[in-house]
Amino acid sequence: MSGLLGMYSDVVGEDVVDHLRQLAEPLAGMKVVHVNSTKVGGGVAEILHRLVPLKQELGIDARWEVVSGEDEFYQCTKGFHNALQGNQVNIPARLLKVFEETNRENADKLRDTLEDADFVFIHDPQPVILLRNCPDRKGKWVWRCHIDAGRPYRPVWNYLRQFVAEYDASVFSLAEFAQRLPHNQYLIPPSIDPLSEKNTGLEPEFIDSVREKFGIDPARPMALQVSRFDRFKDPIGVIRAYRLAKKFSPGLQLVLAGGGATDDPEGEAVLEEVRAAARDDDDAHVLMLPGDAHRTINALQRAADIIIQKSVKEGFGLTVTEGMWKGKPVIGGDTGGIRLQVINHQTGFLVSTPEGAALRIRYLLNNRARLEDMGAKAKEFARENFLLTRHLREYLTLLVGMSHGQEDRISLG
Amino acid sequence: MADEMPAREVFAVKDCALAAIATGRRAQDLAEFSNVLQMVHPGSIYYHFWGGLLRPRFDDREYNNDFAIWVRHPQGLHDETLAERLSVVDPTDFPTMEELRAELVELVEERLYDSERLRLVNADMPFNFIRSQIVVFNTRKVMEEPSMLAAALPAMSLGSVFYHVIDARRRTEGGVDDFRAWLGGLGDGYAELCNEVANIDPYFLSLSEMRHQLAAIFGRHFEGGPR
Repeated sequence: MSGLLGMYSDVVGEDVVDHLRQLAEPLAGMKVVHVNSTKVGGGVAEILHRLVPLKQELGIDARWEVVSGEDEFYQCTKGFHNALQGNQVNIPARLLKVFEETNRENADKLRDTLEDADFVFIHDPQPVILLRNCPDRKGKWVWRCHIDAGRPYRPVWNYLRQFVAEYDASVFSLAEFAQRLPHNQYLIPPSIDPLSEKNTGLEPEFIDSVREKFGIDPARPMALQVSRFDRFKDPIGVIRAYRLAKKFSPGLQLVLAGGGATDDPEGEAVLEEVRAAARDDDDAHVLMLPGDAHRTINALQRAADIIIQKSVKEGFGLTVTEGMWKGKPVIGGDTGGIRLQVINHQTGFLVSTPEGAALRIRYLLNNRARLEDMGAKAKEFARENFLLTRHLREYLTLLVGMSHGQEDRISLG
Repeated sequence: MADEMPAREVFAVKDCALAAIATGRRAQDLAEFSNVLQMVHPGSIYYHFWGGLLRPRFDDREYNNDFAIWVRHPQGLHDETLAERLSVVDPTDFPTMEELRAELVELVEERLYDSERLRLVNADMPFNFIRSQIVVFNTRKVMEEPSMLAAALPAMSLGSVFYHVIDARRRTEGGVDDFRAWLGGLGDGYAELCNEVANIDPYFLSLSEMRHQLAAIFGRHFEGGPR
């Protein structure tokens, strides 16, 4: 098998790729357009970079378009993002006007393509009013929400809901995020791309060089949390867990690795607190990495013995799947999408406190065989459930399903 | 004149994929759970019994349907009694989803009547009712002889395994998998093979384990070539 699908076939197996080909057969030649607000950076762009070419290789006429706007447009949509996650954000009427006007301008540029498409996927709130600006659309329109919208700030959601309600369907990552809407709400969890820089296999020499660069001793165990410096990720709790565990495993090292949080005014303050908490300990490494340090993160995950994601609130937490894909057990906060990935006592442990995390670190370090076994199970679990091919399969199922109306059972051929 | 043999029935391998759809209905306590259960889309009952096999789960699950798992979960209702009763419900015992629904509601109502605690307890983690849409498609692979399954099963997609082992129980007479339904129609020569297939308990295996076990059974049976 050649091409992009052939590369995935090597990772997930030929049966999985054959399944995709057959599912895609009735969709051959269909015009499918994805619209989001950026070609680079962020999880949505990362997924579309692979998803669109894969759909093309399956015979679907897939395209990817991007909306753009001025600073005030992004200020407004950043406000939407925070409000959907539950923050009380009041967006001035002036910014809403810019938002609506920017959608009108983008619709003028994209109208022909969008109105002609069989399916249009609008990703997140930024382009949500394109639908209202394409009155002669012939296809079905789907709003794909990538945000944890389980408890949105109501005034902002009520504003956005009027536009979302006009769609033919929407897609949320988890049932907990679904809303009251007058159409089908499909559930499609996110995924990782096993061929991306963040997840592809690495040469042992590169992993060693990353260890060396950050002063991590390869002869001693290391626990790693990769996440923004955000209170919801509880980095201070992770340091407390590490301290409690280190009493019993003096060789233990901790790495807290995160990127710059330019859109998070609290990020700097949290980073300072974390640095202060780790200051007097040479084995606690706080790493501020650039946004494109994917290979470095990949190497750190592969160098770790245990992955921690001790969030107290989490949308999905794809760093958990990333760790599992590298064959590591994960100690995760018992919240949100982490519960879907960490199967307690199987692929890792769910914990509610730093004390719980410390207990599990000690347990794993003292039961190497169990650590290895959990890591192997975690990798297989990620392979079956959280890779891009599963994500693609669910998009294809949705497309076939929506092409056949509301029936529960659709028989093709 | 030689007798004309009737055309032998072949086994057409099909495949399927499930789309999960939120119903928007949630339950935080047992009374609410009972109310939603009485009116939720029948596809939701199917999904919570069987859909679990096609979505993230782990092999060693203790209870075989989502309702029992939630009722038992420490952040659900934490009630072992009802979880145990729900977990032994075999959906293939009920000819229709409505009859299955009635049985579930009866078990829940009975427990609500018995337990004062359950009338008061609020789950930290609500139960989200989900329904599914199933897309079935033809793989164009046709098995003319049972022995051909020995070669085909190891490479069969998990969607095909789901369709022929799990979904089949809703479609076939007697609620059996498609393999036994086919073999049974080919005469008594495959009774032993059917018995072996019947020993696979679909409730506690992942689809890949089911595929592995089926492949092993057919492989052993046809080791000496087609029969």
